Amino acid sequence: MIRLAGIDRTFVVGDEKVRALREVNLQIAPGEYLSIMGPSGSGKSTLLNVIGLLDRPDAGTYELDGGNVTALSDDELARARREKMGFVFQFFHLVPRLTAEQNIELPMVLAGIDPAERRQRLDRLLAEYGLEARARHRPDQLSGGQCQRVAIARAMAMGPSVILADEPTGNLDRHTGQEVMAVLERVHHGGGTVLLVTHDPEIGSRAHRRVRMVDGAVVADERS
Amino acid sequence: MRFGDLLEFAWRVLRGYPTRTLLILLAMGIGVAAVVAVTSLGEGARLYVVNQFGSLGTNLVIVLPGRSETSGAMPGVLVGKTPRDLTLEDALALMRSHAVRRIAPLVVGAADVHVGARIRETPVLGSTADLMDIRHMEVALGRFLPQADPRQILPVCVIGAKVATELFGARAALGEWLRIGDRRFRIVGIMAKQGESMGFNTDEIVIVPLAAAQALFNTEALFRVLVEAKSREQIAYARDDVEEIIRLRHEGERDVTVITQDAVLATFDRILRALTLAVGGIAAISLAVAGILIMNVMLIAVTQRRREIGLLKALGATAAQIRMAFLTEAVLLAIGGAGLGLAVGELARNLAVQLYPAIPFQSPWWALIAAPATAVITSVLFTLAPARRAARLDPVQALSRR
Repeated sequence: MIRLAGIDRTFVVGDEKVRALREVNLQIAPGEYLSIMGPSGSGKSTLLNVIGLLDRPDAGTYELDGGNVTALSDDELARARREKMGFVFQFFHLVPRLTAEQNIELPMVLAGIDPAERRQRLDRLLAEYGLEARARHRPDQLSGGQCQRVAIARAMAMGPSVILADEPTGNLDRHTGQEVMAVLERVHHGGGTVLLVTHDPEIGSRAHRRVRMVDGAVVADERS
Repeated sequence: MRFGDLLEFAWRVLRGYPTRTLLILLAMGIGVAAVVAVTSLGEGARLYVVNQFGSLGTNLVIVLPGRSETSGAMPGVLVGKTPRDLTLEDALALMRSHAVRRIAPLVVGAADVHVGARIRETPVLGSTADLMDIRHMEVALGRFLPQADPRQILPVCVIGAKVATELFGARAALGEWLRIGDRRFRIVGIMAKQGESMGFNTDEIVIVPLAAAQALFNTEALFRVLVEAKSREQIAYARDDVEEIIRLRHEGERDVTVITQDAVLATFDRILRALTLAVGGIAAISLAVAGILIMNVMLIAVTQRRREIGLLKALGATAAQIRMAFLTEAVLLAIGGAGLGLAVGELARNLAVQLYPAIPFQSPWWALIAAPATAVITSVLFTLAPARRAARLDPVQALSRR
């Protein structure tokens, strides 16, 4: 359960102050499939970063699973990200020197999970995302779609409560983008909360709940 | 993060950037090798001097005529005024001390040595039979000076190996006669080749009985008296006895200088140790330079790996974990570099031993510990700042740039 109330976020760019988020109020129930759309600079990525605990709001409260996370320390935030958040990025952000398998393993390594347990989860993830044949390939030997599948598997490794995808298809061709969306939607069907930031209306309209942002404020919130 | 995973992560980074890794290993290696090589030079010199002193004799107390005041003279090179001669009677009186095992009075001069038409100027040493044992000399052929009353002039001599070849060529020298000044001596022994030891090359001298030398150089005065104490513990007593006996014989004047081999040895030992430490310290500067290189490379790495650091943070890495990842990398590099440096240093030492077998090159134990330890400590210290910078990166900014 995500509950945002009166969230404000201001950046200072040169002499100018840019209000990226203005008084955002948003509630997201577990298992929702939500897209955040809007023109570039509308604050959709900032909203995603705040929800993903990568960024702190300047004002307002953020409750995650019943606890207030606005007051957490940096280390507590890191731990919360590790346990509850799974990120998928436009540019995949795979570590180039590590194999697909090692990239997926990374969150579990950081969490200090026992190697035997890691291996089990890894095998399950590789099978689930159809990456068994590519497990020992490095990112430069993988196609864009495969890279994004690796990234999604990595995001799912710690069994997060929320998957946050920032333009996950932005760097892929149409066909591969559809494939990746299908993978993300499978996560949603499995009961996961999926938050999607995109400026592509076709991708955004696939979500069951669509939030529109303009100039840092939520202007529309429709469900189907 | 588990320790094994931390190591593996750092190891993969090192393998991922081989040029960078090799460069740092090289810098660290050169630093450590320099420390090892330079200190082994210093230590080799120290051991060489110590051995030289050791070959001079054991438990040695040396009596010089004249009192040297403690002025700024170099230790070991003590030159005193001679108000009163040191005589054979003084030397023989020293045997009254219970701490003294044996003595050898010395008279030294240079003279022309004739064999037939051949003439060679050589140092001539006048002494007694005990000199051989006190100075650990060895005779290759024949025997040393005979045990006899030191006041008696015997026409015998012992010659150095080089003197023998120069005067006699391939002919056998033993039993032949040679002439020094207007006196003739029969060669009763030829010294074994020992080379130089503390300024005296025993290969190039002629040794005659003390009284003969005194007559040759027309002097009663002894050059010095070598005294061997009964044991190491007795050296101090022997020294005190010697001073007291001479004082009594010289109407209460303390007009001789008594030096113990121990004291001279200890002085040289201290000087050369300090020297080794100093040159080792200078070589260690190259380690500091390597540390600065590491810092530079790590700062570049933080910039290059911004996205990766941002990603790690997004995946839930704490600031401490990021710092540890960088520090582990630095420690691995330092250990690798130190290992390389120790190997190269050892190689250089072996080479030096091959080239100069006389000098016992060997790294002092403290250098073998201090050099790698300095390498690890400097690389950790110089990585602290880059690691902190990495840990403080804002994940959103780090991830947003391509």
